Amino acid sequence: MPDASVDPTCPTDIAVSLRGVRYGYDRRRPILKGIDMTIPRGKLVAIMGTSGSGKTTILRLIGGQLRPQAGEITVAGREVPKLERDELFALRRRIGMLFQFGALFTDMTVFDNIAFPLREHTELPPDLIRDLVLMKLNAVGLRGAARLRPSELSGGMARRVALARAIALDPMLVMYDEPFAGLDPISLGIVGQLIRRLNDALGITSVIVTHDIYESLKIVDYIYFVSDGRIVAEGAPDVVRASSDPFVRQFVDGAPDGPVPFHYPATPLLEEFARGA
Amino acid sequence: MALDAVAFGLRRIGRGTLNAVTRLGFASRFFVAVLLNSPAAFRRIQLTLREIYFAGALSLVIILVSGLFVGMVLALQGYEVLTRYGANESLGVLVALSLVRELGPVVAGLLFASRAGSAITAEIGLMKTTEQLSAMEMMAVDPLARVVAPRFWGGLVSMPLLTALFSTLGIFGAYLVGVKLIGIDNGAFWGNMQAAVDFRRDIFNGIIKSVVFGFAVSIIAVFEGYDARPTAEGVSSATTRTVVASSLAILALDFILTVFMFRGIGV
Repeated sequence: MPDASVDPTCPTDIAVSLRGVRYGYDRRRPILKGIDMTIPRGKLVAIMGTSGSGKTTILRLIGGQLRPQAGEITVAGREVPKLERDELFALRRRIGMLFQFGALFTDMTVFDNIAFPLREHTELPPDLIRDLVLMKLNAVGLRGAARLRPSELSGGMARRVALARAIALDPMLVMYDEPFAGLDPISLGIVGQLIRRLNDALGITSVIVTHDIYESLKIVDYIYFVSDGRIVAEGAPDVVRASSDPFVRQFVDGAPDGPVPFHYPATPLLEEFARGA
Repeated sequence: MALDAVAFGLRRIGRGTLNAVTRLGFASRFFVAVLLNSPAAFRRIQLTLREIYFAGALSLVIILVSGLFVGMVLALQGYEVLTRYGANESLGVLVALSLVRELGPVVAGLLFASRAGSAITAEIGLMKTTEQLSAMEMMAVDPLARVVAPRFWGGLVSMPLLTALFSTLGIFGAYLVGVKLIGIDNGAFWGNMQAAVDFRRDIFNGIIKSVVFGFAVSIIAVFEGYDARPTAEGVSSATTRTVVASSLAILALDFILTVFMFRGIGV
């Protein structure tokens, strides 16, 4: 049976495409000012940028939680902003998302969190759901934690459980919102490697929003840099490492000042003092 | 200068009114959305049963203890006044009518708003703050059907049951004080009560009140939680708004309902 959430006429090598996407939470403060982005099928692509540059907004637009003010967003050949609610929900069943702090359901155990999408969207018998959940948990190394509650997990474990939940329905696309935020170096390495391994083993397409340049350079296939609502640089990890672009250099070197200024826009300091005198 | 102040004041009033009307409109659309999502919630009735347990069963202690004490105090106060007129055998009638008509629905409603309403708002608000509602949406599960509708119906079903228990315990408390402690005649206490309390006029109207209050508290609680700003401060003020708005709604609705229910029947 053909999959209703996938456009059969869509080029098979492109999973997600954004063309001239503009968005602002209100008309006076645009967050995205014309984003063009192509995410090939089966690839692991990072969207990097400073805090508040609109990275997470891009993920919410791809997932249809927000509608762009202008531009085109397609996922598996379907124009997301034009989808009816039922079509959007059908598409979302093929998309996994890992939220910044996991967003695990706190009133459920780890097991029930992962079983949640399976119980909601399939008629599978409990035994099969149990086996599937344990397989997903085993893939992230937490089969032994199935009976724990989210409050009993460390930050890294919660992120891995959320990862298992994101892949519960075997999605074609997984989006990661800051998957490395607040993790210790060991957990960070584990989560990074898991994302890469799952991407390759399951043949999924992955989009990571992050500002962790070192971990990203190790695992991703391609990087987009977003600043002030626009793509300011892009390239494969090797190209990024060798780049002389001032923004990329500031990002890679972690320099406090550069194209991204240290100071928030303000009147000159002397002028400010003179006004107070 | 004075003109500026007037313009400033008018602008503030205008902005406040527009915000209030917008919010009311949003709340109405939200209510319709909850109703439209209710069949999906009913198909998995265990979700609503679970909320009846959380909103209803877990509120039992405060409702039962408060009912008992309200009944006991009512008996003491009522006996003191009735004795002045030599009508102390009507104590059962006084207590029963006060409880089933007014105090039961109103006090149980106020307690329900503080105990269960605030908990519902805080839970939904925190789910929003920790992106659990967004996660659900991204898993193609509508939070209105999965989270909001069961809590709304759970609250609506719990409230009349809690009110009935509140009134029952209140009458029992009055019996303990009036008959067992003060020594009013047992037969007079129950007999007068049975003769004077009418099922349709008194008990049924009390049940209607409790259903209306249950509706008001439940819809305010789920709306405030769903509409809370996703910050610690936002959830805290949403919880406060639930308790304040629910309490005021109960008192205002009680007055309106009482006017309609007991108008022109000589009471």
